[in-house]
Amino acid sequence: MDILTLLFETGFWIAIVRMATPLIFGTLGELICERAGVLNLGIEGIMAAGCMSGWMWVYLGGDLWTGVLFAAFIGAVFGLLHALFTVYWGLSQHVTGLGITMLASALSSFVFRMMLPKATTPPKIVPFQPLDIPVLSDIPFVGEVLFSQSPLTLLALVTIVLVSYIIYRTPLGLALCMTGENPMAVESQGLSVFAIRTCAVMIGSALMAVGGAFLTLSAFDAYYIGMVNGRGWICIALVVFSSWKPGKALLGAMLFAAFDALQMRVQQQSVSIVPYQFYLMMPYIFSIVALIVMSRKASYPKALLIPFRHGER
Amino acid sequence: MRIEARENVSWLAKLAAPAVAAIIAMAVCAILILWTGASPVEAYSLLFSGALGSKFAVSETLTRATPLIFTGLAAALAFRAKLWNIGAEGQLYLGACMATWLGTGMFDLPALVMVPLLFLAGALAGGVLLLGPTLLKTKLGVDEVVTTLLLNFIVILFVNWLVFGPWKDPMAMGWPQAAPVIDSAVLGQILSKTRLHWGFAIALFFAILSWVLVRFTSWGYEIRAVGLNQHASRFAGIPVDKVVVRTALISGGLAGFAGVSELCGLRGYLTLDLSPGFGYSGIVVAMLAALHPLGVVLSALFVAVISIGADSMSRSLNISNYISEVATAISLLAVLASMFFSHYKIRWR
Repeated sequence: MDILTLLFETGFWIAIVRMATPLIFGTLGELICERAGVLNLGIEGIMAAGCMSGWMWVYLGGDLWTGVLFAAFIGAVFGLLHALFTVYWGLSQHVTGLGITMLASALSSFVFRMMLPKATTPPKIVPFQPLDIPVLSDIPFVGEVLFSQSPLTLLALVTIVLVSYIIYRTPLGLALCMTGENPMAVESQGLSVFAIRTCAVMIGSALMAVGGAFLTLSAFDAYYIGMVNGRGWICIALVVFSSWKPGKALLGAMLFAAFDALQMRVQQQSVSIVPYQFYLMMPYIFSIVALIVMSRKASYPKALLIPFRHGER
Repeated sequence: MRIEARENVSWLAKLAAPAVAAIIAMAVCAILILWTGASPVEAYSLLFSGALGSKFAVSETLTRATPLIFTGLAAALAFRAKLWNIGAEGQLYLGACMATWLGTGMFDLPALVMVPLLFLAGALAGGVLLLGPTLLKTKLGVDEVVTTLLLNFIVILFVNWLVFGPWKDPMAMGWPQAAPVIDSAVLGQILSKTRLHWGFAIALFFAILSWVLVRFTSWGYEIRAVGLNQHASRFAGIPVDKVVVRTALISGGLAGFAGVSELCGLRGYLTLDLSPGFGYSGIVVAMLAALHPLGVVLSALFVAVISIGADSMSRSLNISNYISEVATAISLLAVLASMFFSHYKIRWR
């Protein structure tokens, strides 16, 4: 059938890898936070902040890569705020995260409107262009799917390898995972739970913001309010789906993007049978189904959602 | 640095927490207003006169507070039982859908029967929508935060389909909106020449009812017990899952009320801008009230003042009215922080 021929189409695979990129960044960021025992529901807002701040940096004359760095910095600042509330003060991670999402989204919209009060159509920037690496990009299929993408997509793939390596092969990763499983044990080793959690949340939030920045600096060339559109919440579902493993996070993001790309193709082909709104619902329904399927055997980090206080058991 | 619990928290400190939070939120927003080049003093005087300066302004503020009281109560009751219902936005819209389905000419009854019927139906729709995530939580351990959040997006797309598709009103000059509710389904005005409708009185009634429920009934006792300690509640013989499901039906129902009240009291027909995020603001309202049902009324009024006032202030000073969303978000974070400082002290060593 059509779907089979679609699977052999290079364009389809290019679309999947491209659409998976923000989800990869977001899922990895959330995964790092949760591995340290902190749920970060600020993700949706932090992605919006990265989206807006990266774009604004480039629009005001900065170059693309410093724009990505600036977005990451903004993400880390919101991460620090989240860590202050949830790690140091031990407040509800749910409510704080929602508060961060509200604050980051509202601030992004406010700053955007104040900086560009007269813009009726969203102004544009020149986004990242697809890479053209000698030799690698010329490999048929693989070259096109992996190496003719935006440099940020390549960065996402490198980040997965890096995060996997750190989590599974370094003492740092061990300390991170132990903080999410048994913070008392970490403290008894002379490490600071507060410091590890704060760093994890800041780095994780920076990655989320880069995922947001991909939307304005690579996927599109303009910013509009509400453009993250639930991708952050989908990332949270993907973390559960991936059982907190970076490799599986890649798989989840790809599967999800494939599904999204597929619904777009089907939507284009069959106009009248099913209204387009139902196709747009698919990603969210898919996330819920993925959560249900995986939750049965999910093994949450033991200390997730539990604040750590010195001298308290 | 060491965090210690305060031995006894005075009621004054508990009351002061939300007030301090409101002041912090306004101070941070004053900095943002300075950044835009306007004077914060002028901005805030415009804000308050825009929200409270005339009889009409007050009526607008009370009208805005109405859905916030309902969604605030929905969040407050659910959060008391540690059920993280973030789906009030979707429940609100589904409640409004139900009222549109039944109230636009399917049948006609006297207003005294019709209106309660629509409220009941809307509550049912909201409750059932929350029932799914709740059963998934109690039976399979699926996190309800993500499922309720994702359902918001699904419901809003569903409404999008309805108002662009089968329910599109051919008389609406091409605007995507459903047919208006019939006359007997309309909630009348409390004050003539204003938009303040009886939904506000109903919201106040349900705030008092919720307070009685939480404070004086065994259901309320069970909700509080389950929220404080599930294991201990189970040990004491409280049917925890049953209590959570019951709370979900009440919470979803209250959010459904918000949709029916906005539809039958204010708009008259279903549109995609029926709620500018009342479901999410409800969380702020509930937290500002420290989950107290009567406090919800006060904090809903506060959020309504900010949002109505910011609308008129933004028109005269050219400051984006997203400032009200910033203020709401900061007051949520600030109330968390001030609650922390009223219950704990930090000792530096």
